[in-house]
Amino acid sequence: MQSLSNRAKKLEAKPMTLAERAYLPAIFQGLSITMRHFFRAATKKQVTVRYPEEQRPFSPIFRGLHVLKRDEIGRERCTACGLCAVACPAEAITMVAGERKKGEENLYREEKYAVSYEINMLRCIFCGLCEEACPKAAVYLQADKMAPPRFERDEFIYGKDRLVEPVSPDARSKRGIQLTPEQAAALAQRMAQPDFK
Amino acid sequence: MAKITFDGIEVEVPDGTTILNAARTIGGSIVPPAMCYYTPLKGSGGKCRACLVRVAAGSAKDPRPMPKLVASCVTPVQDGMVVENTTSQQVLDVRKGIVEMLLINHPLDCPVCDQAGECDLQNFAFEHGVSTTRYEEERRTFDKIDIGPLIQLHMTRCILCYRCVYTADQLTEQRVHGVLGRGDAAEIGTYIENIIDNEFSGNVIDVCPVGALTDKTFRFKQRVWFTKPVNAHRQCENPKCCGKVVLWYKGKDVMRVTARKDQYGEVKEWICNTCRFDKKETADWTIEGPAHIDRSSVISANHYELPVLNAQVIADLPESSVRDLEQNPPMRLGN
Repeated sequence: MQSLSNRAKKLEAKPMTLAERAYLPAIFQGLSITMRHFFRAATKKQVTVRYPEEQRPFSPIFRGLHVLKRDEIGRERCTACGLCAVACPAEAITMVAGERKKGEENLYREEKYAVSYEINMLRCIFCGLCEEACPKAAVYLQADKMAPPRFERDEFIYGKDRLVEPVSPDARSKRGIQLTPEQAAALAQRMAQPDFK
Repeated sequence: MAKITFDGIEVEVPDGTTILNAARTIGGSIVPPAMCYYTPLKGSGGKCRACLVRVAAGSAKDPRPMPKLVASCVTPVQDGMVVENTTSQQVLDVRKGIVEMLLINHPLDCPVCDQAGECDLQNFAFEHGVSTTRYEEERRTFDKIDIGPLIQLHMTRCILCYRCVYTADQLTEQRVHGVLGRGDAAEIGTYIENIIDNEFSGNVIDVCPVGALTDKTFRFKQRVWFTKPVNAHRQCENPKCCGKVVLWYKGKDVMRVTARKDQYGEVKEWICNTCRFDKKETADWTIEGPAHIDRSSVISANHYELPVLNAQVIADLPESSVRDLEQNPPMRLGN
């Protein structure tokens, strides 16, 4: 068949040499590469990490899982102004605002607060524009946490239960909730665990 | 007729026209900003000083410059007047000072305020102000006043433009709403906390340039830039109500209803409270199409309007589609 573009390259299968036909030299060559790597891994620096137990260091400017911060006395800083959602290029953030009632002044910093605040981690591209847009210093992308893999799509929609920072023991004491030293230590230990909510 | 030169542009306007309105006949970016002047309200203007301009020559007869900057919204033109707005550095510097002055007692709670995104003060400060404040003293605060179930009053945000007072005066029969106190203690209020229950009271929400008077039924429901403005009208039983509104949709729900504003943020035709607060179903309205939103506004994000007939685009189109466009022309914007 005539070529249409005249750019087709003709390939010819050359007959194999004697060494190639003998089969074993090629096998030994390949095995020697394998064995070299095998012994190098045992003696020199390892190239893999044992993942769940051991993790690679994050870059200090890594942008990972979001957190909704609280202020120094443990009130939620977010006021549901919607600037993060309008800045988000992936439209991953949605929120519903509500009015703070009397008696909730120790829970929410401003007159208005986010009743629900959801980030879809499948949509999020972790660009950090929400962090930059936030006028209340409420939303941050943590440098040491990632959204872990899950089986279901709806498990990637993070609500306030998973985004809001837990109340720190000192904020509790500023709000008048006194913890004994043992309770504070137990709480700090519980908070250090990865699955703490 | 008087001939004036505004920023180097000559324009002829009838005698008695204010400098601001003469500039508006030219249009574009040279028009001075206005926070208190409101064309449909008699007596408004001259309070906020946002529209200050320099008069370089008073008139043809007396070409001396005016000694101080003048408020363009209340100063009538004279033949041969030469006015400088954006061409005068003095005016631009003074405008920075005006922003600072207006923001002295403003709480800057834009993240909480429902007006954010369509606020005249926000736009004015963004265009003309500086991003820092020198003010260290405590800001003015007020006891909360409840002025009824429909309108929310936030006195801390008020810049005392008096627009709402004129609206209440000129639109409604019984005046129940005015300015109490003097100077720094002046505030918009109602005597003995009278509930405003007039059929046209809702219009004070639209005339307010800041978030001092906002729609209580829309309070904290949605940020304005997440809602979609759509022009609509209905046959209103009230003879004074024009029935032409903008519906602000979020999904399928009408979040709020406002009167239509022109390019200077002014409502020309008032609507009644029934249209504004009670008709929040799509079935109540005849939809006309997307409302026009300026490209510079945050509300224009994800806002799509009808396509505009563009001569250059049409010249590049194949003949068959030009014929199709001529037979079914797309609607033009802004009417």
